[in-house]
Amino acid sequence: MFANFDFDVIQRSWVYLFTTGMTFTLKLTVLAMLGGTMLGTVLAMMRLSSHKAIAVVATTYVNIMRSIPLVMVIFWFYFLVPYIGAWIIGSDTPVQVGAFSSCLITFVMFEAAYYCEIMRSGIQSIPRGQIWAGYAMGMSYWQTMAHIVLPQAFRNMIPVLLTQTIVLFQDVSLVYVLSITDFVGAASKVAQRDGRLVEMYSFVAVVYFIMCFGLSSLVTKLQKRVAIIR
Amino acid sequence: MNYHWNWNIFWEAAPDGTGNYLDTLISGMLWTLATAALAWLIALILGAVIGTIRTAPNKWAARLANGYVELFRNIPLLVQMFLWYFVMPELVPAEMGNWLKSLPNSPFITAVLSLGFFTSARVAVQVSAGINALPSGQRMAGTALGLTLPQTYRYVLLPMAFRIIIPSLTNEVAAIIKNSSVALTIGLMELTASARSMQEFSFQVFEAFTVATLIYLGVSVVAIMLSSLLERVTVVPGFITSGSASAGGH
Repeated sequence: MFANFDFDVIQRSWVYLFTTGMTFTLKLTVLAMLGGTMLGTVLAMMRLSSHKAIAVVATTYVNIMRSIPLVMVIFWFYFLVPYIGAWIIGSDTPVQVGAFSSCLITFVMFEAAYYCEIMRSGIQSIPRGQIWAGYAMGMSYWQTMAHIVLPQAFRNMIPVLLTQTIVLFQDVSLVYVLSITDFVGAASKVAQRDGRLVEMYSFVAVVYFIMCFGLSSLVTKLQKRVAIIR
Repeated sequence: MNYHWNWNIFWEAAPDGTGNYLDTLISGMLWTLATAALAWLIALILGAVIGTIRTAPNKWAARLANGYVELFRNIPLLVQMFLWYFVMPELVPAEMGNWLKSLPNSPFITAVLSLGFFTSARVAVQVSAGINALPSGQRMAGTALGLTLPQTYRYVLLPMAFRIIIPSLTNEVAAIIKNSSVALTIGLMELTASARSMQEFSFQVFEAFTVATLIYLGVSVVAIMLSSLLERVTVVPGFITSGSASAGGH
């Protein structure tokens, strides 16, 4: 069954796959992780806010994002971002944003909903007494959050945040629906040009498997090291 | 903002010949539900078997089941669909490959298979978590009563484990409905693909996506209501499993 398996096409194209495709995928993953974690933390603080209105807004946002498929969200933002851009700068015609910026906005907004749920359980894992102790020392809400709650919440949640980032890394492959040259997109272009779908898609699967499996094994190891001993 | 809104577009005839544009979206929803339902059947059966084997005392069987889970969890769903759709028909014997390619609904069959196997790995993780959450005394009690290992699983461990993991399985049902949208890449006309084709033919992008999004929200609200009903009926007092957030994923 591997009789006419052509390894040569992989040898010819792997430099292109990694320099063009994988660079895009990794850049998008890392930036979306940073942006998503930050926005997610803000959303988590909003969801736990004592102001009803703020909590409702954040909860609605998170629940809506979590009920729509990512492919749908990618299309939404792809068409919506130019109009929002036009609205912000007061232009009459939709603003052209690059494929990368459009994808980055999409993934930050989408993944923030998932990071929010992780950060929320991280914040809730800190005993209430610590927050009261902060207030009793005369700290403000922001000081208590910045110096007491969030550092511990992050540390407790690092393994889960990283696992979610591996999911994000896999999800980035869905930008294929916009014909963008991420890792899968690059492979699929070579596959269609050379008529070598079997070889290219098998290679993509192997690369993803090695990277994700390696990363998740690292996360398991890390999990044991960062755990706070109580 | 000079976008031209036209909500009456849904009552105009769609070029695909099935009726108006609203019919296009409804037929998309039915494909989404059919794909998700059949794939869920595969995922539940395979996931239960693999998840049980992961907790079995036989080291090699457990390792094999773990390998299965890692294989399906570490490759993006999109790539898995491509493997089933483009690669598998070439790797099986030629006559069988040609037969597979000539099937009338091959995107649907491929989507069901790949989504089913993909989700089965996630279900397996939940099932073994449920079994491991039980006090070890239950397994020992089964042995002490003279039950064989399969009997212990059948009458003691699995009934409890399944009742414990129903909230997590609910999340997986929601996920499988959402993940079925990836099948648009292999040409299945499910809900997202229908909205996309409506947008291409009518140029009313925001109307199409708004209604499709509302359908997704409606489906997920119904799914959540049904499952919280199921949870209330089957809950085991004293056994509360953690929510989805601690597990990551979609």
